[in-house]
Amino acid sequence: MSVLAWVQGSPLTGLLLTLAAYRAALALSRRYHGHPLANTVLMGAVLVIAVLLLLGMDFQQYMKGASFIQFLLGPVTVALAIPLYNNLGRLRKSGFAILLAIVAGSVAGVVTAVCSGLLFDMPRSMLLSLAPRSVTTPIAMGVAEVLGGIPALSATFVIVTGIIGAIFAKPLVRLMGMHDDVVLGVATGVAAHGIGTARVFQLSETAGAFAGLAMGLTGLFTAILAPILVHYLLL
Amino acid sequence: MIETFIWLLAYQFIGEVIARSLGWPVPGAVLGMLLLFLTLCARRGVPAALRDNIPRLMTHMSLLFIPAGVGILAFWPMLSAHPLSLPLVLVVATLSTFIITALVLQLGLWWQARGKAR
Repeated sequence: MSVLAWVQGSPLTGLLLTLAAYRAALALSRRYHGHPLANTVLMGAVLVIAVLLLLGMDFQQYMKGASFIQFLLGPVTVALAIPLYNNLGRLRKSGFAILLAIVAGSVAGVVTAVCSGLLFDMPRSMLLSLAPRSVTTPIAMGVAEVLGGIPALSATFVIVTGIIGAIFAKPLVRLMGMHDDVVLGVATGVAAHGIGTARVFQLSETAGAFAGLAMGLTGLFTAILAPILVHYLLL
Repeated sequence: MIETFIWLLAYQFIGEVIARSLGWPVPGAVLGMLLLFLTLCARRGVPAALRDNIPRLMTHMSLLFIPAGVGILAFWPMLSAHPLSLPLVLVVATLSTFIITALVLQLGLWWQARGKAR
């Protein structure tokens, strides 16, 4: 067996490549003082893709190693409970407004995607896959299946949505003149699920805590509301 | 570190089992997060195993999304079917969702503060 074949087939490659790409992305992000466009998920993924193309590896070969890293998403999602608990005081004080915003945002996530898709005359299967794009991947794929969309396509829209949200979160709150970390957190969690949450954790633990809560509840509400909303939007 | 992972994996496990046995469309990890949050509220405190190791872990959450980001590679043919309209739809929908959520929250906070001031 040639060396290249071993490199392509070994789980070590995907694992090491992901860690190295993240480290490089982190260094670039620091170099540009955390500029929103220097997003660690975006740059990390681009670096990995470049190396995969160079080595002639496909996604499945890459995932042999990278799936170890992806697996950690589960326990880290559970860990979001801790920063949230540390912000219990603020949650008690503003709980009603936060819940209201998350419900409104869950509805907006579905309606804005379907309506802007309609505007561009997209095929029905595309619209149905776009509808659940603002929630975390497993929920989005489940909802897409219920709606009659394509789950794998939804998963891709989810990732792109997360990266867009992570890039624009900070500039948007600044543009709107909002300085509350809770607003930054909730809006990012609703619009950009886990990738947005990971981004605001780099900015503030409070924002990250509320983003995690918003992400979880948005997933819950979207699973319930999306079928109803889509029924009315696409009669 | 071992105890930290036992806590987190156990809650994810319980979440998965509950979600699956009730047939809920919620990922076990999200349910596990809500259950752990309720546990912390009931205990009125965070155990040392979770308090000391978690903050460092959270700042590197981005790392865990890189494999999913690379997944775009696998679906590139589907995405490039609408090279212009699709990115535009995603940007417009994401930004307007963000803005609507932030405005509703700001309005709600203002309304709550006004109610308390009275």
